[in-house]
Amino acid sequence: MSEKLTGAQIMCEALIREGVEVMFGIPGGTIMPFYYAMYDYQDQLRHILCRHEQGAGHAADGYARASGKVGVCIGTSGPGSTNLVTAIANAYMDSTPIVAVTGQVATSLIGRDAFQETDVTGITMPITKHNYLVKDIEELPRVFKEAFYIASTGRTGPVLIDIAKDVQQSSTVPNWNVELNLPGYHPDRTFDHEEIRDAIALLTEAKKPLMIIGNGVLMSGATEEVRQFAEHMGVPVVTTLHGIGGFPEDHPLSLGMPGMHGWVHVNRAIQECDVLFNVGSRFDDRVTGKMSTFAPNARIIHVDIDESEIGKNIRTDIGIVGDARAVLQEMLKEMPQRDTHEWVEYIRQMQEKHQPKQHYMQRPPEASLMPYDVFTTLSRIINERGNYRVVADVGQHQMWTAQLIDWHKPRTHFSSGGLGTMGFGLPTGMGVAVAKPNDTVWVIAGDGGFQMTNQELQTIVQEGIKNIKVAIINNGYLGMVRQWQELFENKRYSGTPLSCPDFPRLAEAYGIRGLAVDQASAVEDAINSAYEHDGPMVIDFRVEREVNVFPMVPQGKSIGEMIVGAPNPVPEVPRTVEETPMPIETPLVVKG
Amino acid sequence: MKRHTIIALMQDQPGVLNRAVSLFRRRGYNIASLAVGHTEIPNISRMTVVVESDEVEQVVKQLDRLIEVVNVTDVTYESTVDREMTLLKVGALNGNRAEIVALCEVFNAKVVDVSQESMIIEMTGSPAKVENFIEVMEPFGINEMMRTGIIAMVRGAKTSHTHKTYSVEGNGRVSTEALK
Repeated sequence: MSEKLTGAQIMCEALIREGVEVMFGIPGGTIMPFYYAMYDYQDQLRHILCRHEQGAGHAADGYARASGKVGVCIGTSGPGSTNLVTAIANAYMDSTPIVAVTGQVATSLIGRDAFQETDVTGITMPITKHNYLVKDIEELPRVFKEAFYIASTGRTGPVLIDIAKDVQQSSTVPNWNVELNLPGYHPDRTFDHEEIRDAIALLTEAKKPLMIIGNGVLMSGATEEVRQFAEHMGVPVVTTLHGIGGFPEDHPLSLGMPGMHGWVHVNRAIQECDVLFNVGSRFDDRVTGKMSTFAPNARIIHVDIDESEIGKNIRTDIGIVGDARAVLQEMLKEMPQRDTHEWVEYIRQMQEKHQPKQHYMQRPPEASLMPYDVFTTLSRIINERGNYRVVADVGQHQMWTAQLIDWHKPRTHFSSGGLGTMGFGLPTGMGVAVAKPNDTVWVIAGDGGFQMTNQELQTIVQEGIKNIKVAIINNGYLGMVRQWQELFENKRYSGTPLSCPDFPRLAEAYGIRGLAVDQASAVEDAINSAYEHDGPMVIDFRVEREVNVFPMVPQGKSIGEMIVGAPNPVPEVPRTVEETPMPIETPLVVKG
Repeated sequence: MKRHTIIALMQDQPGVLNRAVSLFRRRGYNIASLAVGHTEIPNISRMTVVVESDEVEQVVKQLDRLIEVVNVTDVTYESTVDREMTLLKVGALNGNRAEIVALCEVFNAKVVDVSQESMIIEMTGSPAKVENFIEVMEPFGINEMMRTGIIAMVRGAKTSHTHKTYSVEGNGRVSTEALK
């Protein structure tokens, strides 16, 4: 190609070359040349106009999580780019591959506090995997190539490209045969075989082995390898919030979620295990509780694609840097079969004793609709009907989503784990719905989080996105904060009671069907009606107001100290559980 | 608290120093000294950072994670040549000038500027020696002082970066194959 193109046209061509089909964004002054060029590429590049850049960023995030491709969001300079910041930080914490393209004021104006000028590369430096400020049109092909490469390889993450307006307007003959200039970036590094051998030796000796899987398993597509490994070795599997779907929950070796709102038997298993095999989870503090007391009896093996995660939070005996799938495949070649049924049975007995969902089954006599009614019914129906994706917002309902829905498949559960971004649900669900048009996408949101980004309902309408259904778990509080206030701050409900609009009527104003449910008996029909309605739908589940998420490890406490329920009024000392550990018959021998 | 000397090779690009330095701040490390300059490899700069911390493994890993950082080494436990330069403006009247010049000779320092009431002295040496020299000059009255921060190099044939060959492309870029 020897034709001259504008910078903006080069941007479009570069995006097409990277396989981009959909972009989420909002135009503005400094990104207008790009939108001008985009007009000619409408057939190849679908642009979805969002109502707020945060929505565009989360939508790109959801699109990436569901499709496995790189999500793209666009904003103008100044407020357009600062509005993207929360979504970028969210993608960074959860390692989602997105590329954010922002306009910047013309090179002659940079540094002069020009209208809508913001140093967005400076602002996003600590929350992007990498970022670029492009001031020379000749750089564009290389920068786009590098940005997509960096975003989608190694530990994936967000990359921002900030492009001066005059760069978009000027023209040149693009040179597409550019080489990447990344001498310091080696995402393809291979692990040491010695470490693999040491890990196998440790797991072979283990009397109480435990596997914990996280986002890395899903990102590397290692779910099949996890199943093979677990079955081969007989090791029980714990799934973190982001590991959900990485191992089917109806599997005899599946234990469920650990951590602050994990099940008692899972946290107890962690505290008792003698070898903890972590594949692709980063020992987040919501998983570990008080770090110094985490898994006190365990030798720890940590597989992570990011070397800096190994030993960051938790002391590690064997660190293996590599792709989860490749490491597991390698280990499977040499891993001897094990019989650990005694250990698994012991955990199951604990599970039996501490009935995980017992707290939710206790029903106040006057309650007409409990969150439990909604989640168990939804779980049953979506699993019966199949082809579902569920996006949770952040708060109590997010934990109920993780705890009370039965998860079986990878990339069906999406949650803002690291940043905990309220308002994540609806726009992310929109991105998921665009990526997976044949699946039904359920957005589960609280009444607080939903009000943070509900403007995207209009984007859904404008774009004719039909496969999205919103379930609002409406309790009239910022529920998770209220729960902490109830348990630890003597019920001082400061800033947590929350009023809401009439959500069904709000939905109707957007041209979306809305429905309110306040009786347990009406839940099933409401959910089924969402399936029968060919279009988006908002269901307002008006649930019992003061229901808590249990079990719970108070912040900063050991995961061995769990509150399993707090009858009303709250006793001075919440009930915690104690267990006598299973004796290890022979002392553990560690090789290597 | 222990002092660690870290050497990082980085692509010479706008913003790279900002990235590296803000990482120390964000992860809660205190920088005692910092020196940056060109190297034998075109488009690669070298940063020597002295950090006050008992443990630097995490910050080394985080630095290495930066896309533009090509190589990071903690040379604290290596045998290294450490050098620092200082410029001192000392009060030097007729009465003490000779004494100052004599002390400079002992320390291998150079007098680089002389005026009616002051002298500028340039001194290079190990950080301890520089420290020592400053102490000796203090009684004369130090009116102005600037220290460059430490630069360090591993002794012997071994380099602080493990790979010895680099190929530089026609456009002046370091090949992606090099420096692995």
